[in-house]
Amino acid sequence: MTKFILRRLLWMILVMFVVSVITFGLMRAVPGGPFSREKPLPQATLDALNAKYRLDEPLIVQYLVYMGDIVVPRIGPQTVPSADEDYLIEFQLPAIFGENQSFKWVNFGPTYSARGRSVNDIFRENMPVSAQLGVAAFLVAVSIGIPLGVAAALNRNKWQDFGAMGVSIIGVSVPVIISAPVLQYLVGVQWRILPVTGWGTLNHLILPAFTLGFASSALIARLMRASLLQVMNEDYIRTARAKGVAESGVITFHALKNGLLPVVTVLGPLFAALVTGTFVVETVFGVPGIGRYFVTAVQGRDYPVVMGTILLYAGVLVISNLLVDVVYAWLDPRIRFD
Amino acid sequence: MTTVNKSLPSPVVKLENHVKGESLWQDSWKRLRRNRAALLGVAIILIAVLMALFASVIAPHPYDRQTLTATNATPYWVTRIFTSMIPQGEPGGYVRISDQYLFGADSLGRDLFTRIIYGAQVSLLVAFIGPLVSIIVGFIVGLISGYVGGRVDNFLMRIVDLMYAFPTILLIILMLAFFRAGFGDLEPGSFGYIIGQLDRQTGGMLFIFFGIGLTSWMGMARLVRAQVLSVREKEYIEAARSMGTRTQGIMLRHIIPNIVGPLIVAETLTIPTYISYEAFLSFIGLGVQPPRPSWGAMIAEGAQRITSYPSQAVFPALALFLVMFAFNFLGDGLRDALDPRMRGVD
Repeated sequence: MTKFILRRLLWMILVMFVVSVITFGLMRAVPGGPFSREKPLPQATLDALNAKYRLDEPLIVQYLVYMGDIVVPRIGPQTVPSADEDYLIEFQLPAIFGENQSFKWVNFGPTYSARGRSVNDIFRENMPVSAQLGVAAFLVAVSIGIPLGVAAALNRNKWQDFGAMGVSIIGVSVPVIISAPVLQYLVGVQWRILPVTGWGTLNHLILPAFTLGFASSALIARLMRASLLQVMNEDYIRTARAKGVAESGVITFHALKNGLLPVVTVLGPLFAALVTGTFVVETVFGVPGIGRYFVTAVQGRDYPVVMGTILLYAGVLVISNLLVDVVYAWLDPRIRFD
Repeated sequence: MTTVNKSLPSPVVKLENHVKGESLWQDSWKRLRRNRAALLGVAIILIAVLMALFASVIAPHPYDRQTLTATNATPYWVTRIFTSMIPQGEPGGYVRISDQYLFGADSLGRDLFTRIIYGAQVSLLVAFIGPLVSIIVGFIVGLISGYVGGRVDNFLMRIVDLMYAFPTILLIILMLAFFRAGFGDLEPGSFGYIIGQLDRQTGGMLFIFFGIGLTSWMGMARLVRAQVLSVREKEYIEAARSMGTRTQGIMLRHIIPNIVGPLIVAETLTIPTYISYEAFLSFIGLGVQPPRPSWGAMIAEGAQRITSYPSQAVFPALALFLVMFAFNFLGDGLRDALDPRMRGVD
């Protein structure tokens, strides 16, 4: 198991490295810099800005400096957070490391589009919003999807099955780009049950969380149904029944436990996708999350924000995939020996 | 014993009658024809295709003509459905009533119905070209990976794994930004300039195809590889090889025909994803370039005015929904038809 996890960790690091190189390369291949404006800045100003952000150095140096700020931990006197030096993780070290020394790690650098603000500032401000929305949506997705799928599988070809699959085909055919404005109109404008846009109270959370979660619940329901149907045909289910286990026991202890396995694999990426923010829902419902930053940053060539967001997203994705792998290996011992 | 003897012959005879003279495709077609949901899907897709093909004939107005006197004009029947839209003349009314437009006009005074018809062109093109690109790339990678095997296979599959770990939507956004800016202002005559012009002439669709194609071939590659691996060890492949058929011949004549079914099903089921990618990209302004209409862009515009003119977002959303629904139904139906064993199993 340790070896398995170690191997997955190494793979994770490789993935993050490749993601960072591709993103950096693609971003820099785009013509135009962060300071190209409709009315060009004076050359001297441009030079000064480029020098300040080290944009005049060779790309490889820029990449190394940038990644170094993120990856390499620093030890030194405590820093007052500024746009250039703002660490996500910073704490006072015990006295054995010397007088007033701090451990400082993960500095995503300054954003180019707002003065004196760091990418970490943006994360701190907007990430919790996206995360709250994402966790709520995830709960909605799981609590609708799994019961729906189970009900459909246990009542195969009965009305419960057709009903559940009808709901789920609607869920699959309705991306948030459709459901967000339609639900917003129905619930917010027409029935006036919930606020149309905004953020801050529980009422503001319900509609976007449901919109996001419902789309994913359809996927979970279909997968749950398919996997449970398959499991119900397995020999061990017949064995359990033959030895006289009550049907409810067969379902909860034998079928559900195994039927959940394939569902767990999609929950990882799903969680990552929901938690790191989704542009459409955040835009339509006016949620101040991180999703919106990425698009504006790409268009504005705000390199550190683009890099930071992608790395953050990829990080959450690989970590949740790792967790899924570990859970999977723990649930299904056959995988460990792969 | 007697009961067994009685019941045995009949299914066997039935089976023989059924199989006689029917190819896999005829058989599948028969099954598909019996599936009402799939037929409904086909009907909706056909209507949408006709709409897209004859857009210039059906559409009552040019899609980019702005009539400033008709901004946000709405026909009366729409205000009856969307009761929050109160017509001018009634207390608190603000909606300009004009029956000149079937679904009304948008905030720039362009006919919504016309723009929805033209929007079908974009969504359907993506629906047909998206799978094409992903099939071509995925097929090549998967076929090589599965057939050659060994180190090549390992390498290609690790690339696929890596691509899976990359956040797709963010990658598409990044690539589109790169394409748009990179091929934007090049010197005339260069290859890049031609590509950029081509994209501009197609209203920005070319780069959407690139973006979608380059990020969605992995599933196809894995599927092709798995199918090749399972087919490769079959006796008829061994027989073909022992008869001296070359690798290319085996791939073309024996392997590809045997894996086409699952591939069609997988791609049809992915079409809604491609359509929603395009809608999403147009929603954030990186997709189809204005003034060419796209349902995603129309929804984005409408969503900004959802409190006062909900119809402007809901109509294109409905169109998008119908087309995605149709492709999902067709995909499910095709799966049941091509592989009856999969019926009811996802």
